[in-house]
Amino acid sequence: MSTPRTPQTPQAPQTTGPAPDTSVNDVNDLIGSGQEGSVADQARAYLQRIQHGDMGALPAVAGLVVLTILFSFLSPFFLTERNFANLLTQAATLVMLGMALVFVLLLGEIDLSAGVTSGMTMALFIVLVNVHAIAWPIALAIAFAAGILTGTLIGFFVARVGIPSFVVTLGLFLGYQGLTLMIIGSGGLYRVQIPEIRDIQNSNMPVWAGWVMLAIIIAISAGISFWDRARRTRAGVPNRTIALVWIKLGVIAVIGGAAIAVLSRNRGQSVGVVEGVPIVVPIVLVILWIGTFVLDRTRFGRYLYAIGGNAEAARRSGVKVMAIRWSAFIVCSTLAVVSGLFSISKVGSIDAAAGREIVLSGVAAAVVGGVSLFGGRGRLMHAAIGALVIAVITNGLGLLNLPAGVNLMVTGGVLILAATVDAISRVRAGGSLMRT
Amino acid sequence: MDVPLIELSGVVKSFGPVSVLKGVELKAFPGKVTALVGDNGAGKSTLIKGLAGVQPYDGGEVRFDGAPVSLHHPRDASRLGIEVVYQDLALCDNLDIVQNMFLGREETEFGTFDEGLMEKEASDTLRSLSVRTVKSVRQKVSSLSGGQRQTVAIARAVLKKARLVILDEPTAALGVAQTEQVLNLVRRLADQGVAVILISHNLADVFEVADHIDVLYLGQMVAHLDADQTSRDDVVGYITGTKVQQGASA
Repeated sequence: MSTPRTPQTPQAPQTTGPAPDTSVNDVNDLIGSGQEGSVADQARAYLQRIQHGDMGALPAVAGLVVLTILFSFLSPFFLTERNFANLLTQAATLVMLGMALVFVLLLGEIDLSAGVTSGMTMALFIVLVNVHAIAWPIALAIAFAAGILTGTLIGFFVARVGIPSFVVTLGLFLGYQGLTLMIIGSGGLYRVQIPEIRDIQNSNMPVWAGWVMLAIIIAISAGISFWDRARRTRAGVPNRTIALVWIKLGVIAVIGGAAIAVLSRNRGQSVGVVEGVPIVVPIVLVILWIGTFVLDRTRFGRYLYAIGGNAEAARRSGVKVMAIRWSAFIVCSTLAVVSGLFSISKVGSIDAAAGREIVLSGVAAAVVGGVSLFGGRGRLMHAAIGALVIAVITNGLGLLNLPAGVNLMVTGGVLILAATVDAISRVRAGGSLMRT
Repeated sequence: MDVPLIELSGVVKSFGPVSVLKGVELKAFPGKVTALVGDNGAGKSTLIKGLAGVQPYDGGEVRFDGAPVSLHHPRDASRLGIEVVYQDLALCDNLDIVQNMFLGREETEFGTFDEGLMEKEASDTLRSLSVRTVKSVRQKVSSLSGGQRQTVAIARAVLKKARLVILDEPTAALGVAQTEQVLNLVRRLADQGVAVILISHNLADVFEVADHIDVLYLGQMVAHLDADQTSRDDVVGYITGTKVQQGASA
């Protein structure tokens, strides 16, 4: 391209739409906004950020691609339509839990009780329906209320009393296992017989609805991009070259279109036709989108990052640190209930051990995806991608008929590998391991 | 004499048995730079933390524009137009320059950020301070040098047209050229009618920009001086406690 040497300065007004005020050229040209320049300039700036240790979900995406290629060679079943749909529903619970945890991980906190919170609330839900014959929507509302109450409780002890979240949620991790046991009764197991709940993970949308969903995603994405551009133009700051918007929409269209095309083919094994996008997928996407919107564009989200980066600075700026901390735990516990819902829908039953094992996988998913345990860095999408990586490992190794022990060892190895890649990129960029 | 923008009288603050401020008086005037000097432990930081609302005073009166006000929360201070630039630069490393400058007072439209507007105001502010070292306003603060961070912190205070800006050792970590730039900036702030309180150990800096010099010694204000009617030796004398001003608060 024409101006390859100055990617950060607004030297290419012909490609940036309205050029910034040019009356004070000498000073004006010295402060850019990172929005200027052609596609190539933007790509170069992106590469620079990666070299500076700002890798985001890149290692996880690369891992996902490598694992997919690897397993498709090792097993003839891996790349089938049926397994793809299966993989999505297997991953949904972990994706949801990983996203829930991002809200507290951004603060540099942790919620070890997220898994048992999902288990306890679902035990409550199903026992209320099966034993006490309460209408399921009311029982579900009670389950969500219990989740919100749990988050409020954790938030109180962490944000108000000042106990480390590790300790509070470890205590709750133990306590809720006991509570679940008492709700369910020892050795008991309840079937999930509510059709609407079973449908979440076991039924599919009509084929046309999948395409409509993709159209809506593209429309919303385009709408927001152009809204942002209009606001930037109004404020008189340069926009990124419009080609980037088309590239982004194109990528969504191609990847999303490919996924929906695969899911739209009949994957039934016998006479019945099984086709369409699993119902859980749009639910996850909506929560992912709302959550990302809140984190990127609202005060609550910005303050989560600020507190995770420097809580004292946030406090001095007038941020209500305690209230934000408190609410983060409420959001986490509430989303954990959704994750529990996906879990019982998939499994079809609930026992006293529900949610005991999954929480550390949720943390692993977030970390594999590029969320920092020290706070201040990470996105919901990172946790979702990390969860997919772990789900692909579980799914792929399962197809190879390898023992469960191998699965756990490989997952553990991937987690450490991801953390190592992250740490090395950070050290090489001159940062320290402990900082965000 | 002019009407002070802010006037403290009889301010006390103690931490447990340790009494840090023992009835302090302080005035700052619009358009003037008031230097606050004193040795380590004299209570300078405690005094400004109270003004910022971060660490409320135990007692005493604060008048702003002649009316008594209470400063119990950072929001109280920012509502009055009091902005503090701390020595340890309270910035979030993981956020960019614009996000830091607007932290706690983001511009929103329908509850969501108006990033374009914030970016515009941030770069206008930096430009008005003739900042030449920052490449992009979307740089993360973690990638900035100490001098650049100081600039961002000061720009943050300037951004919302503060009426009283308190600078805590703004030049302590800077090189010669950047110190000069920051002092110019301090002068420019005052010329715009802002009341500036400058805390510094560097008496050369103080004499370069200050109109008034207030000396704090062991939690008490021992001298109110006019910068052009005093000397460096006098100020050092007050700071070290070897000299006592006639008529100053006991």
